Amino acid sequence: MKIVLQNLTKIFPSRNKKSGEEVVAVNDFTFEIPDGKLIGLLGPSGCGKSTTLYMISGLQKPTSGKIFFGDDDVTQLSTEKRGIGLVFQNYALYPHMTVLQNILFPLQNLTGADKMPKEKMIERAHGAARLVQIEELLDRKPSELSGGQQQRVAIARALVKMPRVLLLDEPLSNLDARLRLQTREEIRRIQKETGITTVFVTHDQEEAMSISDMIVVMKLGVVQQIGKPQEVYDNPANLFVAKFLGTPPINVFSGRIEAEKLYIGDDCVMDVPGAEAQEVTVGIRPEGFVLSENGPLKCHISNIEVMGRDMSVVSTHPASLNASVRSIIDADHMPGLQQETVRYAIKPHKIFVFAKETEERIRFEVK
Amino acid sequence: MVNEKHQWKAWIYLAPALALLLVFTVWPIINTFRMSLLEGYSGLKAAAGESFQLGFGNFEKVVKYRRFLACLKNTVLLCIWTVPISTLLALLIAVALNSIKPLQKALQTIFFLPYVTNSIAIGMVFAAMFNIVGSFYGTENEIVVTAGIINNIIEFFGGERVNWINYGSTYTANMAVMIVYIVWNALPFKILILLGGLQAINKQYYEAAKVDSTPRWRVFTRITVPLVSPMLAYVIITGFIGGFKEYTSIVGIFGETMGPPNDAGRLNTMVGFIYDSLSNNSQGRASAAALILFAIILVVTLINLWVSKKRVHY
Repeated sequence: MKIVLQNLTKIFPSRNKKSGEEVVAVNDFTFEIPDGKLIGLLGPSGCGKSTTLYMISGLQKPTSGKIFFGDDDVTQLSTEKRGIGLVFQNYALYPHMTVLQNILFPLQNLTGADKMPKEKMIERAHGAARLVQIEELLDRKPSELSGGQQQRVAIARALVKMPRVLLLDEPLSNLDARLRLQTREEIRRIQKETGITTVFVTHDQEEAMSISDMIVVMKLGVVQQIGKPQEVYDNPANLFVAKFLGTPPINVFSGRIEAEKLYIGDDCVMDVPGAEAQEVTVGIRPEGFVLSENGPLKCHISNIEVMGRDMSVVSTHPASLNASVRSIIDADHMPGLQQETVRYAIKPHKIFVFAKETEERIRFEVK
Repeated sequence: MVNEKHQWKAWIYLAPALALLLVFTVWPIINTFRMSLLEGYSGLKAAAGESFQLGFGNFEKVVKYRRFLACLKNTVLLCIWTVPISTLLALLIAVALNSIKPLQKALQTIFFLPYVTNSIAIGMVFAAMFNIVGSFYGTENEIVVTAGIINNIIEFFGGERVNWINYGSTYTANMAVMIVYIVWNALPFKILILLGGLQAINKQYYEAAKVDSTPRWRVFTRITVPLVSPMLAYVIITGFIGGFKEYTSIVGIFGETMGPPNDAGRLNTMVGFIYDSLSNNSQGRASAAALILFAIILVVTLINLWVSKKRVHY
């Protein structure tokens, strides 16, 4: 089922009554989440992504705007009646119940036509447990499980009643790096198997990029960009999005456009037909550098990190706004890097130009 | 580790506390055992140089004593009635208090006030509330001057005045007053403990329950009660221990007669029996009764612990 957010806004009143400043957690968010897709809400802490999730769940009421599940307006509907599954950041498994009792709990609350006999409930619970591969843990208490296992139980509990929407709040933040990789693939698999429209919140761009059908990048309550992960990465709408996505992060330079040419410091790096002359900020993805003897961008090498397949060249450039410029080059080029300076050519589709003041993208034709 | 050379210093620092404990706690306990096992022991007779034989005569006398059985019955009845009622009420009030936002602090203070009030004073107020003031009340020549607020309320709603605690009142009426008073007196402490337990419960469990469309009653029975069960067990165990030591509440309402004027001692309790024996200079009998009370409390507490082990989570 699709979820429609219409001009969704959430304003928290100020805690300090004297200063009286309100906090706009989510500002005029409009988006249609397509049926059966996995959506990642992405942004740094305080960007309103969790608030958005909790508004979809009904645990928080929007200040204005509407939420639709399919064609039903659920804005005023209480959480209990929305039929959602929610996985909390720290799972919120009931500590006094076994795993099986935890998974059964939502089923035992069903009333009316949905009410089912005990055998059916247990069968369903086993089905959910099988889906997340925790069948052998059903008799344990949550305190006897590892973080990853608890997380699976939380997902099973959320899925067992076949919710219309599955919401995940930072589901992987409590897991160690290896488990995180494994579990995010698991979430992807479960979501594909069940086909339930899923929204998940994360501050980890890699996590969001790797499993989402679409990502929503947010900053200070305002949606910055919505799109398929690769599209957003390849075509960021502004400097914030460009900086937020990608590891290692994008290299940022101060530059200017003069006579339809883009300068980084004194280096004229490329033609920008149709762009107005102005001060700009230039972003170049680490993989956008190509070693070239006559390349326009001259950098001083400070360090080379070899990582097997690739190597990471750390260098400095006077116009760089970061402490260093990091480029990722195929390790085969290693022998060519004996001197102190390096010259790069730049892949045109890996370079993004932003207006210095507004930080909005300046578009131009790429040859 | 304390250097061995300096260990004597540690003992000196501990000495005042140890001395007090030995004199006022350890020795009385040992002495209680000793006195209970000396046949017909009395402090006066002992001072006069009389010697006593070893034996279980004191225990035998206590158990055969009709008044002792009455005291035991009163104590057990009060426990059985007041502990469950006060625990349940305290739980409901604590849950209600926990779920409201405005005035929570103010109400918390109001509910806690009885705890810091002298229980004899409260007893006297309760006695006044249940009282009927007059002359010859309960006899043919009765002259009723005024009734307490409880009877006024009953009469306001068209009921008939009840003789709660005065001359000629029934045992049931007396017990009802005692139960109301003890429950009321026990509430603040229990509410405080349970409220603390409730506030320690992670709010996310309730949000999770909401997401799972849990009806309110099921949230209470399946989430709130289990999560607060360690505090419940504590409150019930201390409630039983306090209940078996009930004494001042009776004095507060009925005065030293421990019953209505026509039947003094009717509501006497175990502790009351022990005090009476002491004032009769029957220290042997008092010690034996104290040890019996100790045994009963021990058994009840063990049963409580055994039950709570099965019921309490974590």
